[in-house]
Order: sequence, then structure tokens, then C-alpha cells
Amino acid sequence: MSILVYTESEDGKFKKIAFEAVSYAKGIADMMETSVTAVTINGGDTSELGNYGADKVLEVSNEKLTQFNAEAYADTVAQAAKNEGAGIVVLTSSANSKFMAPLVAVNLEAGYVPNVTELPVSSSPFKVKHTVFTNKAFSTTEINTDVKVVGLAKNAFGLKENGTAASSESFAPQLNDGDFSVEVVSVDKATDKVTIADAEIVVSGGRGLKGPENWGMIESLAETLGAATACSKPVSDMGWRPHSEHVGQTGKPVASNLYIAIGISGAIQHLAGINSSKVKVVINSDAEAPFFKAADYGIVGDAFEVVPQLNEKLKEFKAQNA
Amino acid sequence: MYLRSPKNHNYYKTIFMKILVCISHVPDTTSKINFTDGDTRFDTNGVQFVINPNDEFGLTRAMWFKEKQGAAVHVVNVGGPETEPTLRKALAIGADEAIRVNINPTDGYSVAKQLANVVKEGGYDLVIAGRESIDYNGGMVPGMLAKMTGANFVNTCINLEVEGNNVTAIREIDGGKETLSTSLPLVIGGQKGLVQESDLRIPNMRGIMQARSKPLHVKEPVDANTKTQSASFEKPAPKGAVKLVDNVDDLINLLHNEAKVI
Repeated sequence: MSILVYTESEDGKFKKIAFEAVSYAKGIADMMETSVTAVTINGGDTSELGNYGADKVLEVSNEKLTQFNAEAYADTVAQAAKNEGAGIVVLTSSANSKFMAPLVAVNLEAGYVPNVTELPVSSSPFKVKHTVFTNKAFSTTEINTDVKVVGLAKNAFGLKENGTAASSESFAPQLNDGDFSVEVVSVDKATDKVTIADAEIVVSGGRGLKGPENWGMIESLAETLGAATACSKPVSDMGWRPHSEHVGQTGKPVASNLYIAIGISGAIQHLAGINSSKVKVVINSDAEAPFFKAADYGIVGDAFEVVPQLNEKLKEFKAQNA
Repeated sequence: MYLRSPKNHNYYKTIFMKILVCISHVPDTTSKINFTDGDTRFDTNGVQFVINPNDEFGLTRAMWFKEKQGAAVHVVNVGGPETEPTLRKALAIGADEAIRVNINPTDGYSVAKQLANVVKEGGYDLVIAGRESIDYNGGMVPGMLAKMTGANFVNTCINLEVEGNNVTAIREIDGGKETLSTSLPLVIGGQKGLVQESDLRIPNMRGIMQARSKPLHVKEPVDANTKTQSASFEKPAPKGAVKLVDNVDDLINLLHNEAKVI
């Protein structure tokens, strides 16, 4: 009855969410007095997983799995779970994880709860707390199947070092042609930019910036902070910025450590999408903007003056604290 | 699939595709979220219900397949009679027929099971669902449905083209997008990008009148166990008042020393 955790990697290196997922799995394992088995697909240095509490690592090495394939990856994870007799499968909230999770759940006839924010409220009955209504509320939900699948919410649990020496063994899933009936033709991904999904800091602009030509200062501030850039819905609807930057209820959720909203009034749909961010800063010339009610820190002022100043001072700050 | 008459030359497709669009009946995005019955149930009092936004992008894309490729478009919802106005709206937008599976949805797995039965009985080639509903954010029904019916599956789909049996789809990934090639039968979890916001249609009077006489079939549910059960709800703790500062030095100082995020 161990805990199985899928550890995501890219180009042979584990992602930060893989370590977060292992830390979380270790937390559950301690509650239930069992062990953690990680499964990796063409992954990185497995000793790194031991640092966060994995007791054992199943290493899958398969050329056909070089590119993500939801069906084949889901089959691999489900087979690993069966092999280990795992009672709980831990996934994350990455796009790939959310793609494969329902397939894993059906394969294992398991109940699945996504967007889980903390360790289970109780282990028997097994109850977890997760966000619903796009972060406007939480639900505590019981999973009543023998095998359970949970998807950890972004940036919710953090990293916890545990320092176990993980044993490792190779694992060869049985895959068939049906697993490869959705094929990747091409991938279009900016490799030099921080993504909203991975970013610790997100700098976001709204209609208050008046036009796409004014995004230079947003990008420059983001660069100084090592942040991802984002925007409000009207900005993406007007085509000032790509849809992939739209954050909010119908766009992307943001769960960064710091979210800086510039010229965004703070419609309820926008606030829902960014509610999971830990610290929120608003810069807006309108002191009545609803965002001030949702933010931790605010400056009432003209973005065209405040943002360049902030950027300059941050550069000085970064130079001093480097 | 039926072969069309040879006289009817269709530029895009010579076979007739049957599409099912899954419609979730959800609170309007501006709704205030409250709970009742000792925080065990969502309080629908005063709440306006709409077609789930992710489903509406999919429905609008389905209309394109209907108008350009002659596809038949059915819509389905798993829910009680109160969801019928939402299905009528989908008919007014242009869907041909609606199906309501007469059971209150309890969890994603059981909803997927009901839909799988509709898909099997209706012989649909393409099922368009939203990547998630904006109420419970499960994001699991499309994938589960695909797995249960043995269809191919593409999630977070932002572009979809079908020619014959061949499908080219684009899905959003973290930090970019990916072009995929697959075939029917297919289930997608769709979102904005399938069509743009400006492509969404407000039903006109003619559409509304026609919708009244379009078939809305009420189907009794099949047996389906629930695998998860919501026990209680809570709202986030109220947060403290914003700290206003009047210069960027103070802001940097607070972010560094107090919030410890830079």
C-alpha cells in the first residue's frame, strides 16, 4: 500500500514540481506509515528524488516516450501503480499531468481529485481539501475507492527535504500501438522565457497600459525579476497580447509567490484566477479599483511613472543583493 | 457516418460527421459563491446559470463544422430539469438536437459514465467538451469519457481541424503549444482558441424561436457508482487590508523584508 508519485522531467532533468510532488507524497506516506515510490520516464538523476523522500525509484527508459504522450504515459503510471500495489497515486497540476490524470484514474478504477492544496484532512476515510469555483472556495472531498489519484495544486505544498537514499530499479511498461494513436507533429515552445506555470513571480498588465506598444516596460520589469509576463482578459481579447498570457477564470490560473498587477482593475473573474498567488501587488491610478481589496500591497499612481521607477530601483536592489 | 449524396459537393469533407458537445450548466463567472445546508451545498439562490465558457468555445467550433462541413451537432447535459434553459440556449445558438441525462451530477467519474452511454448509443465521431467546468474545476470528464469509450483524446485543445477521419489538433502546453495528429473517434477538452471570444454567438430571435421546436430528449441514467463525494465547502479566510505605499523604495523594502518574495 505504498504511495506512487509520477515525477515529471524535461530534457533529462527533473522539474521543480517533481520535487514538490515527492515532498507531498512523503508527507502522506508518513501519515499512513508507508513508503514512497517514484516513477520517472526518461528522467534525471534519481538521487535527487531521494533528497525529497522517495524510498524507491522506478526508472522507465524508452525512446518511444521521448515526447509526452498522454495515453502511453498514463498506462506507464497505472502499470507502475499496479506493480507496486500503490494505494495512492500523486500527480501534479502541470498541463501534462492534468491531461493524463483522468486516463490513469479510469485505468485504475480510482477516484480522482485535482487541485489538492494540503496533506489529506484524514487518511481513513481518505479526505482531501482542494480548490473549487476557480479558487473562490475550497471543498473537502472523500475518495471512496481502494486506489486514489490526487493532483497536487501548483505552488501549494512547497519543497521539503527528507534525505532518504532512494533505491532504483528499471521498469518496462507493456505498451501497445493504441497508446500511440495521438502523435506529436511539432512543438512550439519559447525556451528563453519563464512560463506562467513555472514562474515564481508574474508581472501582469491590463487595459490601463493603453496599448500593446507600452508592453516594453512590463517585459523589462519581468526580466529584472526573472518573472513571467501575463495579461488580463480584455488585453488578450483585443489582441494586444497572445491568449497564452491571459490569466483569470477562463484563462490560466496563477499560483506564483508574487503577482504584480499593473493597470488591471480587478474584475471578479481575474481575481479568481490569481487568488492562489501568495503575495499580490497592485499598481493602478484608480484608487477605487477593486484590485486594491484583493491585494497585499498597492501603489496608487500612474503606471507609466511608477513601473520604470520600480524597475530601476529593483535593478539597484538586485545588484546590491546579488 | 453516412455517405452524402454525390451531388452535394462539399469542399471540406465528403462524409457526414456526428458531433456531440458536452454542456456543463454553471454559475455565471460574476457569481458570488456561497454555501448552504451547513456548508455542504452550493447556494444557487440568486445565481444566474450559463453554458460553461470552455464548452461555449467548443460549441461555437462545432457550429463551424456544421456550416462548413455539414456535420450534425447534438448537445448533452447531465443534470436535472433546471438545466434545460441552458440546453435551449445551445439549440438557439445552432445545435440540432439536445439530450439531457436525467440525474443530478455527483462526481466526474459518474458523469463520464453517463456520457459514455450517450456516446455509444448515438455513435458520435467527435465529442467536444470543455477542458474543465468553472464550478468544480475537475477537468476529468473529457479524459475519462475518452478512456471509457476507447476514443482518442486531446486536452487543452486550442485548434481543431478534421478531414475525413484525420484530425490535426493543437493543444496548449506549459509555455507553448504542440501540434498533434490523430484520428476519429476523438474526444477533446477544449478552451478559448478553438474559436476567439469575438466568434461567440448571441442567439438571435430566429434561433430562439427555432430552438423551441428542436428535439430535447430526456434520457434516463444508467447505473454509475460515484468514486468521490464532496463532504463540505469553505471560503478562503478574509484577507487583511491592502498596505498602500507611496514610493517604490517602500514597496521593495516590504517585498524583501516583510513578504520575503524578492
